[in-house]
Amino acid sequence: MVAGINPNDASPHITVRDLTMAFGSFVLMRDLSFTVNHGDVFIIMGGSGSGKSTLLRHMIGLIEPAKGNIFYGDENFTKADFEQRQELLRRMGVLFQTGGLWSSMTLAENIGMLLEEYTDLTPAEIREVASLKLALVGLKGFEDYYPSQISGGMQKRAGLARAMALDPEVLFFDEPSAGLDPISSRLLDDLILELRDSLGATVVVVTHELASIFTIGNNSVFLDPDTKTMTASGDPKELLAHCPDPKVRAFLRRGEKEES
Amino acid sequence: MSDPGRLSFTQAQDGTLVIRLVGVWSLRSGIPSATDLQDQVASAGSWRRVAFDAHELTSWDSSVVTFLVKISELCRQREIPIDRDGLPVGVQKLLALAEAVPERKGARREVTEASFFERVGTGALGLAGSGKEMLAFLGEMTVTFFALVRLKARYRTSDLFLLMQECGAQALPIVTLISFLVGVILAFVGAVQLKQFGAQIYVADLVGIAMIREMGAMMTGIIMAGRTGAAFAAQLGTMKVTQEVDAFTTAGFSPLEFLVLPRVMALILMMPLLCLYADFVGVIGGAVIGVAMLDLSWTTYFHETANAISLTDLFGGVFKASVYGVLIALSGCLRGLQCGNSSSAVGDAATSAVVTGIVAIVVACGIFAVVFYVLGI
Repeated sequence: MVAGINPNDASPHITVRDLTMAFGSFVLMRDLSFTVNHGDVFIIMGGSGSGKSTLLRHMIGLIEPAKGNIFYGDENFTKADFEQRQELLRRMGVLFQTGGLWSSMTLAENIGMLLEEYTDLTPAEIREVASLKLALVGLKGFEDYYPSQISGGMQKRAGLARAMALDPEVLFFDEPSAGLDPISSRLLDDLILELRDSLGATVVVVTHELASIFTIGNNSVFLDPDTKTMTASGDPKELLAHCPDPKVRAFLRRGEKEES
Repeated sequence: MSDPGRLSFTQAQDGTLVIRLVGVWSLRSGIPSATDLQDQVASAGSWRRVAFDAHELTSWDSSVVTFLVKISELCRQREIPIDRDGLPVGVQKLLALAEAVPERKGARREVTEASFFERVGTGALGLAGSGKEMLAFLGEMTVTFFALVRLKARYRTSDLFLLMQECGAQALPIVTLISFLVGVILAFVGAVQLKQFGAQIYVADLVGIAMIREMGAMMTGIIMAGRTGAAFAAQLGTMKVTQEVDAFTTAGFSPLEFLVLPRVMALILMMPLLCLYADFVGVIGGAVIGVAMLDLSWTTYFHETANAISLTDLFGGVFKASVYGVLIALSGCLRGLQCGNSSSAVGDAATSAVVTGIVAIVVACGIFAVVFYVLGI
């Protein structure tokens, strides 16, 4: 399921070092250090309220770390100046929990806006690329719909199409299957893997859906709200079998008892 | 409800307190008072066990469970063992469920009454914090304006035109109504006094000067603060909640350029036009009173108005309107972008945008009055 990726050749793509996330004096998580390799499908997992989405927001620069640094390749994203950061952001695509589509624009305009800004394509070409991106997520023909006119699942997929608009090197997904029925959520998982393989992108997913974690993930970090830090990292399948922390194993088993 | 819920207690020989639950226990008819029983449990140290008898319990709901949780808590404190076998199985299961996860330490919020000084301190810090946020926002907007002047600001022209339509043409009906009435009111107030001296003709001067120097701009400003300022805050607040603002940031677009700038520009461009229109309608309102009540002719009235006002007055008013436009747009957008993550936060943002907008307009109006006086305008 994670064919084509040999963890041994993988080189670090995103490195999080000694990250502390805090709001004022309230510390949410401390001492987070982990590496996401090129081509990984990296899962950020943990119970509700453990700060998974907040970690993702730190990684895309929406929240500044209280302490620590985030590197993309060798570049320090946290300390980057405005221009550098914009350059790094341009290489990322984000699918927000609610889709985050710009509601005053049609789907084609949502995607087209990025192309217009960052490429020299003509309007006609932009339209074609936007159609292609929508076709990739199964929304061909919906170019002129507004986000409010399509269903929640379709909004998620349209959000994905927009996240892929500029062929990013890293794709971030914030709870992609939240609010989707099991089949749509499965299809989205397949889509994520296909895109990773065809675009060669690194994927970071925030989720607590076990099915997704095992189907798509090949690397992960587990956030524990009780100790306020990460308690495990690595391939979720390995963690299920060998993780020394019983809490992580229990999470990955849906709390069912282990067979001895 | 023939048999409302009751309880009684009997003492068995071996030091057991048997609590008998009788009748229909229902939340709707209220939870039977347990003070007597609590006194019993609390006072006597001799109970060795608490047991229940539910044979006469006809039906039950959460009222029983709530009552039992209270009793269990009391018994735990007194270290009296409880025997729940006499309860219906459903009740036993619910009790077990309620006690399955122990209370998380530190989860309960301590409600402490803050002292006077603490409240003053918190208030002052909050004020300083919001002042700092406002300054940061104004600073960033200034940078954005420079980008606009250098033609480097990025925004969608179609957004700008749509906003201009929303806060220009679509505001005409309400502006018409309010300014007409303001003209009428001014004329009325003046007419009653001036008539006593036979100087009714000066009603035209009064209405003309008041409308064109002050009221046109002021009333348009207040209408737009309530109408458009609130709308801006609600729009941006909702975009914040649905993560659209985040999407702009991560796409490398500045929300200030894409969202705030077109709104400010739309109001800067539309407010002077609305103000001119309001001036005109206000004068007509005054004229209607002049003609109908004071026996002036339309021509005399307009001639007198034209003599009373100067172009400087007119430009002064229109300039003020533009400034009010900036204030309304900025306060609306600031409150929208500060919006929290819930639907009630959007409502608060809209409310606060209107309040901020109107306060800003009134303060600016005061400053203008002083400046215009000093400059002799």
